[in-house]
Amino acid sequence: MSAGSGSGLKQVRAEQRRQLLTSPGFIVGMCITSFWVLAALVPSLLTNRAPNEAVRVDGSVIPRQGPGADAWFGTDAIGNDVYTRVIYGARNVLIMAPLAALLAVIVGALLGLLMGYFRGWLDEILSRIIEAILSLPVILLALMVLVIFGNSRPVIVATVASLFAPVVTRTVRAAVIGETELDYVTSATLRGESGWYIMTREILPNISGVFVVELTVRVGYAIFTISTLAFLGLTAADATTADWGQDIANSYRLIVADQWWPSVFPAIAIATLVIGVNLVADSIEEVTRQ
Amino acid sequence: MGRFILRRLALSLLTLFLLIIVVFLLTRVFPSDPARQLAGPFAPQERVDRLNEDLGLTDPQLQQLGRLVREVVTLDFGESFSQPGVQVVDLIRPALGNSAKLVVLALLLTMPISIFSGVLAAYRKDGALDRSVVTVGLATASIPDFVSGILLQYVIGVRLGWLPATSNAPDGTGFFSGFQYILLPAIAIAFVYFGYIARVTRAGSIEAFASDYARTAVMKGLSTPMVVVRHILRNSLQPTVAVTGTQMGFLFGGLIALEFVFNYPGLGGLILRAAKAPDFPLLQAGVLLVAIIFMISTLAADLIIAWMNPRARLGADR
Repeated sequence: MSAGSGSGLKQVRAEQRRQLLTSPGFIVGMCITSFWVLAALVPSLLTNRAPNEAVRVDGSVIPRQGPGADAWFGTDAIGNDVYTRVIYGARNVLIMAPLAALLAVIVGALLGLLMGYFRGWLDEILSRIIEAILSLPVILLALMVLVIFGNSRPVIVATVASLFAPVVTRTVRAAVIGETELDYVTSATLRGESGWYIMTREILPNISGVFVVELTVRVGYAIFTISTLAFLGLTAADATTADWGQDIANSYRLIVADQWWPSVFPAIAIATLVIGVNLVADSIEEVTRQ
Repeated sequence: MGRFILRRLALSLLTLFLLIIVVFLLTRVFPSDPARQLAGPFAPQERVDRLNEDLGLTDPQLQQLGRLVREVVTLDFGESFSQPGVQVVDLIRPALGNSAKLVVLALLLTMPISIFSGVLAAYRKDGALDRSVVTVGLATASIPDFVSGILLQYVIGVRLGWLPATSNAPDGTGFFSGFQYILLPAIAIAFVYFGYIARVTRAGSIEAFASDYARTAVMKGLSTPMVVVRHILRNSLQPTVAVTGTQMGFLFGGLIALEFVFNYPGLGGLILRAAKAPDFPLLQAGVLLVAIIFMISTLAADLIIAWMNPRARLGADR
């Protein structure tokens, strides 16, 4: 669908949408993701308690209580309701992860377009730097950066975004190079269009699928990374904030004493959210590839 | 072939040099004063200044960078800051050994079953088995390693009681009985990598099954297992080998959270402690070691692929 007449492109898009909406993976993934987005937006809809409010039975606090009628998912060491903390815990990661992914895709798209279109020595140098960054595990670099620059939310978002940008850049660059070999770019060049016009008006619309896929895939990885950082105690300075990774870190040692509920439920929450997002990402990738 | 290896080696060295600069710059901006930390909060300022000089932290930046390069080349990173008197290499060596033990066990668990499922899924493409391998693979691969670690620890370690829930083997545990203590973290890694490897192998095998040489092999009367062993695997395993190579750095240095869950004394945890301390020599050595492992394993993967596929070898030589 290279040069793509307007209506042809629209038809392709409509067909892609239809395929997506009938794909079981997409539907299941969307349901799971929507539930957690709802929990992040209006947690009070799903629970009557507050995340830092101790559960009281007949006026007394009941810490370390297993799951039951008083608290569906049990209570943690200081008596908070684990279910309520799991619901409220969605917010932290669902604010940071999509932001980080979006930033990474914007930066990666810009760099990838410039590198793939102009090539030359700048592309050579940046490619080497990207290769160097990609040879270290993301979590390792993130840990060093966070120890240096502190662990406020903006720093975490910026760190994860800048560590994901190299991968996005590489993908976009490859897609741009594929496009520049096609006739429509050659003809635009022969028409005397400027490089900026060709990049933004000709190439960009034709590789928009790459951005959608990259964005959803990166959201999944961002959730993975941010919850891992939270588990390692490198995020959210406030210990009372409900956060899945942090709540697991506070209580995972109790598993061997058979007090599994304060850590296993947030763990299941992380697992379902990343699976949901990845099901959506995978079905979008499948559809755009055809 | 010789030129191919040389070219790859030169590129790796360039990448390593860039990384040394990155790590150097990162540790330069650390908000801490190592000499003050070593000397204690009440030490007189002159002592701190002298210590700073002794540690070489007052030398020109370029000279310090040169020293780091020399340390990497000679693999001698001097003494640790957080544990004065202890050589960095003596802290790294046991952690590296522990990580290696875990990685080898995890790969032994993962590779056969993932490759088998990947080829089988490709053979029965779009069938029920294929769909379940793809879906299960997607699910297990997307869950963070520490989350599957925690779920396994609870279900297998505590609820079922089949394996020890933490990796601390009692003193005097033999080499082989010690293995059961690291089986749970290894299974958690296998969880993550099963999906990854199976999907890559599946993709490679689908291509190989559709090829002319596979059809010819079937038509000349070879049985399906023979076709797979003789013709499919050689071609479909190339992406598998490549992916495994690129993941080695992550397996050695990226499993910080998983090592945490099982209280396992690996390389990732050592680096985490070095960063939090902060202990510059230990941190620099640990991070660069992970990078070197990545480079050696990707290089090894490229060589294996070149050996498996003469086309890649000749293409690179041109």
